[in-house]
Amino acid sequence: MSNVPNPDNCATISMITQPIDTNNMATGEDQKLPRKEILREIFAGSRATIPMVVGAIPFGIIFGTLAEQSGLSPLGAIAMSIFVFAGSSQFIALGLLAVGTGPLIIIATTFIVNLRHLLYSAALVDDVKHLSGPWRALIAFGLTDESFATIADKIRKSDDIWRQKYVQWFYLGSFSTMYGNWILCTVIGITLGELFPDIGNWGLDFAMSATFIGMVRPYLTTRPMLACVLVAGAMSLGTANMPHKLGLMVSALSALAVGLSYHLISRRKK
Amino acid sequence: MAEALMIAGMTAVTFSIRYVLLASAGHFTFPAWAKTALDFVPPAVLTAIIVPAVLMPNGDDIEFSLQNASLLAACVAVIVGLIRKDLLTTIVIGMIAFGLFKWLL
Repeated sequence: MSNVPNPDNCATISMITQPIDTNNMATGEDQKLPRKEILREIFAGSRATIPMVVGAIPFGIIFGTLAEQSGLSPLGAIAMSIFVFAGSSQFIALGLLAVGTGPLIIIATTFIVNLRHLLYSAALVDDVKHLSGPWRALIAFGLTDESFATIADKIRKSDDIWRQKYVQWFYLGSFSTMYGNWILCTVIGITLGELFPDIGNWGLDFAMSATFIGMVRPYLTTRPMLACVLVAGAMSLGTANMPHKLGLMVSALSALAVGLSYHLISRRKK
Repeated sequence: MAEALMIAGMTAVTFSIRYVLLASAGHFTFPAWAKTALDFVPPAVLTAIIVPAVLMPNGDDIEFSLQNASLLAACVAVIVGLIRKDLLTTIVIGMIAFGLFKWLL
């Protein structure tokens, strides 16, 4: 992937031991960049994320409105959007809370649901490994579906010099736009929920199902994926009465096993 | 208290997943089969959430009938999703359909 002219493979260690060599453009250190260029990239990152933000607005608002009736306090809902910052797992946590699930199961489910973010960081690691620890931590924290889609698209269209110098500033613009919007929408949703206490009867809870249906659809392009989804659906009904909502994890893992086996077997035949 | 614990735990697992590979800065690479396996995670998890929510709207028994508004609306959402291939349209039409079925039934 990365054909960066960086002679050392152990980037992190050598950056500390050889500050002179790496203080040029290869490190992308901010003090070397004029403020105008930094602002330009932050703004570009923000602008590129706007379509994703528009899509996230209804989810953020619905999350906020559903929080209280699911048993999450307003403060808890805001804290979740500030600290967890992962839309679908926040929704799932609400769904589990609503049926009285305990914290440990919710945390374990969050782990499974957010495992897909490993893919995102795997895809980005070559393009951000020259950055400092705090930068990489910030990039990790903001690695939502939306910001990943935005930065991955930009990286694909850019050259090595851009990646070395600007990638983190562009990302910062994308991340902060998503983040600010998500927190704001959560607050708006909570306010709406308090203004209209019967909002739970408006069928907003179906919004989550509709959203997830829309999110699954793009995956249904291969037979292994189709098998995976069918197994997940059937298993989820069969395991619905398992204690602590463990059925979700059992179903997801068996579907994953079936899908992966199908994929590996059909590839071996070719 | 349980709420704070839950949020702290969710934060910890989410951040760890997102950070572990970036922290290692390329020293640890991901085997190809694991990447393939991860591809199956979102549809598996999401489907396992949708199906009971839609077929068991009251949480106890499977309601496979024309009286089940969420089942009917889910069918609409699936059809719209397959035709329009657009997330926002799927959500909006799915929700309108749900409201309509609920009002009618």
